[in-house]
Amino acid sequence: MNFGFTEEQDLLRSEARKFLAERCPTSEVRRIGEEQTGFCSKLWSEIAELGWPGLAIAEDQGGAGLAWLDLVVLLEEAGRYLLPLPLLSTSVAARAIREAGTERQKASWLPRLATGAQIGTLALYEQIDAAEAEHTKLQACRKPSGAWRLDGEKVLVPDAPQATLFVVAVRTTEGVRFAVVPADSPGIEVEAFPTMDLTKPMGAVRFSNVEIQDDMMLGGSVAPEGDSHTAVYERVVARATAALCAEMSGAAEANLQLAVDYAKERIQFGAPIGRYQGVKHPLAEMYQALESFKSLLYYAAWTLDERPEEALRYVSMAKALGNECVIRIGIDAIQIHGAVGYTWEHDPQLYLKRSKWSRAMYGDANHHYDQIASMGGL
Amino acid sequence: MDFNLSPEEEAFREEVRDFLAENLPPKHERGTDFLQKVWLPKVREKRWVGFSWPREVGGGGGSVMQQAILKEEMTRAQAPPLGTSWMGLQWVGPGLIAYGTEEQQQRFLPGILDSEVVWCTGYSEPHCGSDLAAIQCKAVREGDSYTVNGQKIWTTLAMASDWIILLVRTSTDPDDKHAGITCLLVPMDAEGVTVRPIKSMSGVSIFAEVFFDDVRVPIADRLGRQGEGWQVTVMALANERSGISEVEGLLRSLDRLKALAKSSVRGGRPALEDPDTRRKLARMETTIESMRFNGLRALTRQLQGEGPSSETSINKLHRTTLEVEMGELGLLLQGNAGGLMRGAEPVPDGGRWQRMALSWPELVIGGGTPNIQKNIIAERILALPKD
Repeated sequence: MNFGFTEEQDLLRSEARKFLAERCPTSEVRRIGEEQTGFCSKLWSEIAELGWPGLAIAEDQGGAGLAWLDLVVLLEEAGRYLLPLPLLSTSVAARAIREAGTERQKASWLPRLATGAQIGTLALYEQIDAAEAEHTKLQACRKPSGAWRLDGEKVLVPDAPQATLFVVAVRTTEGVRFAVVPADSPGIEVEAFPTMDLTKPMGAVRFSNVEIQDDMMLGGSVAPEGDSHTAVYERVVARATAALCAEMSGAAEANLQLAVDYAKERIQFGAPIGRYQGVKHPLAEMYQALESFKSLLYYAAWTLDERPEEALRYVSMAKALGNECVIRIGIDAIQIHGAVGYTWEHDPQLYLKRSKWSRAMYGDANHHYDQIASMGGL
Repeated sequence: MDFNLSPEEEAFREEVRDFLAENLPPKHERGTDFLQKVWLPKVREKRWVGFSWPREVGGGGGSVMQQAILKEEMTRAQAPPLGTSWMGLQWVGPGLIAYGTEEQQQRFLPGILDSEVVWCTGYSEPHCGSDLAAIQCKAVREGDSYTVNGQKIWTTLAMASDWIILLVRTSTDPDDKHAGITCLLVPMDAEGVTVRPIKSMSGVSIFAEVFFDDVRVPIADRLGRQGEGWQVTVMALANERSGISEVEGLLRSLDRLKALAKSSVRGGRPALEDPDTRRKLARMETTIESMRFNGLRALTRQLQGEGPSSETSINKLHRTTLEVEMGELGLLLQGNAGGLMRGAEPVPDGGRWQRMALSWPELVIGGGTPNIQKNIIAERILALPKD
């Protein structure tokens, strides 16, 4: 039994942190976020150079072949620095191709995601608050030619404005499957939305009479033996949720640290405010919530590769607790900072906004508690 | 990261499971003599009593991982305790092993291991609970003995104990209140010791006040040097559980609570149709599972030779919250019957939830209130300034 990170994971973390501290300070996060595109292709090519988009893609498909837990380590650092790049989106889009695709399909799409030549994203949401397979209505109809025609709308797609490749959940006569759709396909319309968190572009993607060849529909018409399209879908969403949780954990830790540092330096009534229990105890509670969230997250990430039968339950637990944790720290870090906490120029607002984005994505706490209740025999 | 056990650890788990399958009948078949006559001699023979202690002093020499496995399996099987003196095994024994003389170890350890001598701990005093270093119970040295005068309070099971491990003040230095604290071992039947049980709100007496009136304690019964009592105590308190073994017990409690929810009606509908009830239960389950992995992280650090870590305080806080919340939901699900007591027909589970709702303070306040745990986290881990 060992609940620690390996030397390689520690190294990955420290190297990522070093790079991000230098290349992605919050001044840079602001600069990129406030630009029209909200995207910095130079920074993207730098992290592609480091192999980050392909970290969890298999080696024979051009990736580093590392485990989901390794990706969690990297994304914690990305979250800590609020890295405004579609790293999370590309990683989970690649994972969907790996879970659902044939060898040929993996070989044709994954290498270009691994090098960062393509920016991927997962298009699931057709309602603003439900990402389950059963809510997928976007139609994929088989044409006599063997090609597929896609019609429908994904109302909320992370990084939609930047993505070059959508991995889209579609409804077919055999159930819900994933289709790979290049963003420049005829019939695709992307609408970029103004977002609260400037580091997380979002948009709607509309499909009208979009034609894709059969080899862009992932997997065969029958899911692999003993598996179902829905099970594949659930596995992909569980991976995506765990990856998101990693960004949340890193961001929450950075934000808590801001609040703790401020509590040590801000003097009121002749003492640092962190001396007063009214400040000190909430900080202790936030630390308790954060550490407990991390414990569940690391175990959940480990189960995804090692004990898949336990994964859904623990991913839900991590996300439920993680949501409560980031929301609490988001709000309380501002309160502890007092008036400066809600200025544009101070950083807590950046984390507060990130917490709102993270909470809803892949299910809020109530959604996951409902899942846990059902899985727990209630 | 690897949550699988090594083959040796797996073999040890099997050994424990086999032993339990063979030697532990279901609860209702155990009988009144089972603990003393059957169970304790058997586990003693296995050297599972004082399992973490070195073999030279009669312990089991179990590794950190083996200890965790043993605790987990015992809790899961609802096994009786491994001795009748919890304080003796948990605190006095480790204290004796670290600070006791060879003579003291030979005199006291076998009694603890054989469940013949029951110990209690004399820490808190009427004016100092959380601020333990402010104790005033006084010991004055005269020749080969100390004379002790003062009072202890909240001493768990003092009325059933044979000996007390006692913190006393042997000198007063306003700049270093810790330096004047000494640890003494005192038989409860010594002349001048008076015990007065305290009836708690649940109606039972678990705690007591203990009065010391010119009690003479030989120098030979001092644990550690004069003025070393604080270190002895810190060592003993640090010897706390990582909380993993508690997880199984809490999950069992949660199962009962779920069963209660399944059979309860709220507002004319099954309680399980109420989203609030479902989410409360799911949240408890999530917290308990997080305790398991907090505990395993702490255990990993222990295995790597680092001292007790922050996860212990974190889990203590969780435990506190859970005890209160579970008792509360247990009562809430009973509607107006929540205000009745065991024996009333509408009260389910033999009054378990009523008991829980009235007895949580014993767990929550003892060993450091939640606010003290928060101070510990804030000051020791987050390095915020001390109060």
